Amino acid sequence: MKEFPTIKQMLTSMAAGETQPSDWTRQSLTNIQKTDGKIGAFLRVNEEQALIHARQLDEMTVRWRKNLVSPSASTRDLFGIPYALKDNMCTKGVATTAASRILENYIPPYSATVAEKLTQANGVMVGKTNLDEFAMGSSTENSAFQKTHNPHNLNRVPGGSSGGSAAAVAAGMVPFALGSDTGGSIRQPAAFCGVVGLKPTYGRVSRFGLIAFASSLDQIGPIARTVEDVALVLRQISGHDPLDSTSAPASTEDFTRSLTGEVKELRIGVVRDMNAEGVNDQVKAAIDKAISVLSDAGAQVVEVTLPHSAYAVASYYLVAPAEASSNLARYDGVRYGRRVEGETLLEMYEKTRSEGFGLEVKRRIIIGTYALSSGYYDAYYKRAQQMRTLIRQDFDDAFQQCDVIAMPTAPSPAFAFGEKSADPLQMYLEDIFTIPANLAGLPGISLPCGVSDEGLPIGLQLLGKAFDESTVLRAAYGYEQLRGFVMPFPHGLEV
Amino acid sequence: MKISEDVVRHVAHLARLAVSEEDVHSLAPQLSNIIEYAEQLQRVDMTGVEPTSHPFPLENVLRSDEPKLGLPREVILANAPDDDGEQIRVPAVLEG
Repeated sequence: MKEFPTIKQMLTSMAAGETQPSDWTRQSLTNIQKTDGKIGAFLRVNEEQALIHARQLDEMTVRWRKNLVSPSASTRDLFGIPYALKDNMCTKGVATTAASRILENYIPPYSATVAEKLTQANGVMVGKTNLDEFAMGSSTENSAFQKTHNPHNLNRVPGGSSGGSAAAVAAGMVPFALGSDTGGSIRQPAAFCGVVGLKPTYGRVSRFGLIAFASSLDQIGPIARTVEDVALVLRQISGHDPLDSTSAPASTEDFTRSLTGEVKELRIGVVRDMNAEGVNDQVKAAIDKAISVLSDAGAQVVEVTLPHSAYAVASYYLVAPAEASSNLARYDGVRYGRRVEGETLLEMYEKTRSEGFGLEVKRRIIIGTYALSSGYYDAYYKRAQQMRTLIRQDFDDAFQQCDVIAMPTAPSPAFAFGEKSADPLQMYLEDIFTIPANLAGLPGISLPCGVSDEGLPIGLQLLGKAFDESTVLRAAYGYEQLRGFVMPFPHGLEV
Repeated sequence: MKISEDVVRHVAHLARLAVSEEDVHSLAPQLSNIIEYAEQLQRVDMTGVEPTSHPFPLENVLRSDEPKLGLPREVILANAPDDDGEQIRVPAVLEG
C-alpha cells in the first residue's frame, strides 16, 4: 500500500533529518482520531504518554542520526516508530483487559518482555488494540467491549483474534502492531485486512507478560504493511528470555539479511488435497496465481502431502480449550480483576467468573474441563496430543522435499458480522489452514495475494521449518516484489 | 447427545462457573457437536505415538538459585478488590 508510510520509510526520513519522532506519533494519533470512530481498532489510546515519549525521543534525534554509521543503520532499531499492542500484552501502568469484563479494571504492575523490548528499541506505544476475549475467536466479535470493523469493508469482520491490531495497521493508524497467534490469530486477521502478519516458531518470542490462552500454542508476532517491516520488528522482539521457561535458547538475528528478492533456488511445497471443498473459488484462484508467479520466477513447485492436517481442527479444539481451562482458573476475583461478592468463597468464585467471562470463553472452559476430566482424559486430550505428533511428523517429512509450504491463510475472505455466529463449529472451521502450524510449533506468514470481486483482501500463507523464519521471509519478500499488484486503499476509510 | 445438560452443569461446577439454565440448554447441543467432531481422532491408529505436550523438547528450565525481591506489597494490593492494608481479604475459606 503506497498510501501509508512504512517503518522503513519513516526511519529513512528521520535519518535524513526530514522528520522527527513527534511528527510520526502526532500523525498516528491524528489518524486514530479521524478514523477509529468508524473502525474501533483501539480499546485505549495512550495519547498523552505517547506524545511525551515522542518529544523525549526528539531530543535524542540529532545524536541518533550522528551515530548512524551508514544509512542502512537507521533500521537497526525502531527509533521513534509509533505502534500498538494487542490488549492481551501487559503494559505497566496502562490498563490491560484481554477484552474481558473480568479484567476491565486491571492495571498490570509489570510489562511484557515484548513491550520492554520495543521500548528499548525506542518505539512509541500509542495504544492497546481490540481482540476476541482472551484471544478466543476468529473475528474479534467476542470482545466484551466493542466491535472492530474491517477497513476494507465496514460491514465485514477484521478477522481475529488480533482484529484490532490488523485493522489499525490496514487503516494507516500505525505502521506496525503486535498480535498473538494460538490457532491463526495473527495470520487470519492479516489476510482479512490485507496486511502482512507473521507467527514465529514457538519459543522464538517470549511469552512473558502475554495473558495466556494455550501455553503450548501461543506466540506473539508482528503485523505490518510490508514483509520488510515485519522482519524489522521480528528482529527486535525475538530472543531468549530467562523470564519465559518455554523461550528457545536461540538469540535473535537480522532477518532483513534474507530479503534478497531471489526465489530461484526455492522449493515451494503445495498441498493439493488439503480441504479443497470448503475453499472459496476466488481464494483458490488467487493462491494458484501466486504460486505460478513464484514458479515463473524460477522457484520449483513440489507436491507434498500433510495427511493428518485434516484432523488439526479436531485436535486443536481439545488441546487449546484444555490448556485454557487451566490458564483461566486464576481469574477468581481474589487478587486482581473484577470481583463479585458472595456469601461463601465458592459463591464468589462462581459469580465472579460467570459475570466476568463471555459465552465463548465459558464454552471453551467447559469443553476443556470435560476433555481433561477423569474418564475422558485418555480418550480426548491424550489422543489430541498424539495427533499433534503425527501432524508435526507430516511437516518434517514434507520439508525434506521443500523449503516452504504454500496454502491459503483462510478458506474465504472476510465474512459479515454474525455470519458465523449461529454455530460455534462454523467459526472454528475458519482456522483450518492456520491451526496446523500452531500444533507443530512452526513459523508461518500471511501476506496479500489478491482481492476478491467484492474488494476483500485474500491472503497467501507460507509455512517454514522450525526457526527458519529467514527462508519464510525470503520467499514472502520475493513474492511481494514479483506479484505485480498493490493493495487498494481501504474502501471503508473513504465512506 | 454426547453431552447432556447434567454434564454441562457438573463440568461448569468443576470449573467454578455458574451457567444460567438458558445457557445450559443451548450449550449442551453445541458442546456435543464439538465433541462429536473431535471424535474423528478415534478413527486414527495411534499405537506407539508419543503425545506432544510442547513443540520443542526443553527440560528442567530453571533459574539460578539466587534470592530475588518480589513486587512490593502496595503494588500488589493496588489491584486487590478488597484488602486491609496488609493482606487481601476474601470470604471465609473454611465454613462454620
